[in-house]
Amino acid sequence: MQTDDKLIIGGHAFSSRFILGSGKYSLSLIEAAVRDAGAEIITLAVRRANTKEHENILDYIPKGVTLLPNTSGARNAEEAVRIARLARELGCGDFVKIEIMHDSKYLLPDNYETIRATEILAKEGFVVLPYMYPDLNVARDLVNVGAAAVMPLASPIGSNKGLATREFIQILIDEIDLPIIVDAGIGRPSQACEAMEMGAAAIMANTALATAGDLPMMALAFRKAIEAGRQAYLSGLGRVLARGASASDPLTGFLRD
Amino acid sequence: MENQFFVDSEFLGPEALARKHQLENDPSSRRNHMEYLPGMERIQSDVMEKVLTHMNSYDASKYTARDVQTALQHETCSIEDLKAFLSPAAEPFLEQMAQKARMETRRHFGNTVYLFTPLYIANYCENYCIYCGFNCYNHIRRMKLNMEQIEHEMKIIADSGMEEILLLTGESRSMSGVEYIGEACRLASKYFRMVGLEIYPVNSDEYRYLRECGADYVTVFQETYDADKYETLHLMGHKRVWPYRFEAQERALMGGMRGVAFSALLGLADFRKDALATALHVYYLQRKYPHAEMSLSCPRLRPIVNNDKISPLDVHERQLCQVLCAYRIFLPFAGITVSSRESAEFRNGIVKIAATKVSAGVSTGIGDHESKYTGKENGAAEGDEQFEINDSRSFAKMYADISEEGLQPVLNDYLYV
Repeated sequence: MQTDDKLIIGGHAFSSRFILGSGKYSLSLIEAAVRDAGAEIITLAVRRANTKEHENILDYIPKGVTLLPNTSGARNAEEAVRIARLARELGCGDFVKIEIMHDSKYLLPDNYETIRATEILAKEGFVVLPYMYPDLNVARDLVNVGAAAVMPLASPIGSNKGLATREFIQILIDEIDLPIIVDAGIGRPSQACEAMEMGAAAIMANTALATAGDLPMMALAFRKAIEAGRQAYLSGLGRVLARGASASDPLTGFLRD
Repeated sequence: MENQFFVDSEFLGPEALARKHQLENDPSSRRNHMEYLPGMERIQSDVMEKVLTHMNSYDASKYTARDVQTALQHETCSIEDLKAFLSPAAEPFLEQMAQKARMETRRHFGNTVYLFTPLYIANYCENYCIYCGFNCYNHIRRMKLNMEQIEHEMKIIADSGMEEILLLTGESRSMSGVEYIGEACRLASKYFRMVGLEIYPVNSDEYRYLRECGADYVTVFQETYDADKYETLHLMGHKRVWPYRFEAQERALMGGMRGVAFSALLGLADFRKDALATALHVYYLQRKYPHAEMSLSCPRLRPIVNNDKISPLDVHERQLCQVLCAYRIFLPFAGITVSSRESAEFRNGIVKIAATKVSAGVSTGIGDHESKYTGKENGAAEGDEQFEINDSRSFAKMYADISEEGLQPVLNDYLYV
């Protein structure tokens, strides 16, 4: 792989394109994500970090890893903003992933509130990564209000159902100039690979690893899949996988002058 | 077999005794349990009708093994599937149900188990609920902690490492008013990350006030969804008003609470119908308030002070497990709490299948945490317990036991915003 192929988010460069999500936490998961999947960014649910002595997740995070606190638990923009500010006070840095859910069943993000929170936090100097339902108009609004990346969901969070929103994520990749990080629903390395082939900038996953039989092995599989997909994308992907068919003999070959 | 609930205390005067017997024996002497009392808020809601329509038409004996097998194969569990899972026909499929339930639990909650402890701050009660140790005719040591005593209890609990607390009172507005409870919530939010309430149902503006005081989660047990049976168990007091209690969770959400918890007390009536109604109560309220967090409990009847013969009748551990698996499969997103009413063995097993929250370091008495946690008798008065607990494990022991099972104890997953 090209060594200068970096993931740039808000002016920060990362070599790894795997981001660990925060849904299911354990020390062994974080270890495997960093050591075997090569994660350089780990999401942290602020509501879980806001704990006293036992099991403070902040103690688990290895040095050199960038923390990406998220606002899970927020039901509207105001709550997300308060959680983000709290994260900054806790020493989590300037990165923040906006997660605003107004639905306890499917945990689908509220795009409208997400735009509002992104605008407020971007103005306050946060590097804002909004989690959203893949809608082009919303993605454009997020760009306009200062998002550092856009994080569309592949399928409902925790569902391991893969790229259910494939076509819409492709549109975001094609039309939006920020990194598109596919978040939620990626259940298999092959799905991660497919998203990377499509041109996604990075993959966020958690449940797929957390629920695997052999955690380190699954972490390694994700790393390889993401690298493979990225290389395929950079290689300009052969015609076989290009959208639309192309004839081997040009249809316009008969034209003379 | 039926439970023998009626116990006469030798401390009751002739007049009180006569009134008690009249309530017990003469249904016409009791107030209409479907009629709201003055001051009780009425809300516009169709949830009750939806729940009752299903419950009343539910005939558990109609479901067959085939219905259960079909339900097991469905990716999402319909109301019909739930009815099959709760039927006697599902009993031979308990292991398959447990497997499916475990998958849902892990998918939604990972391997986490939340820990909390209840804190009873008063046991005065104005109701005569014949199965409850706090009932107003039961001769027990009554007590109401003052703020200084509450803070003392909270410090002891917080020192043990606990971060989530559930504040409880007996159901007495006159002895433990909303402001008293509000003050306790303010104190609790100093020592704990999450404060839940299990008190008598109140109006939505009172829930709003309690939320401003720091509470965020409201638990109300309906006891039984069979209103006719309810009438024969709750003979006196505001708790007798069945519909006001049914609507408590909705009023709490209208008052801004983040989450609400539900339960029937299994063993009071037909437990299959009660379990169905409980699950549907959650289901319909979730559809109406999609942002709200929902959780379920599954208490079974326990012996009380002065009546050690009360039992959950036909709800054995297998049936309880069946109900919990059905809850989990039908409501994969809902929290499930299993209290210390159940044995350590049952709780160790059920957290691997369906439960996501357990209590530890539990006392259902008043002002006795110091003596129970440290063995130190400080000579202070203590109030009697609501019911006998079964699993008396301390916070530290519970924490260690859960970790040993390969699960992850979580003390807080919550931010009051």
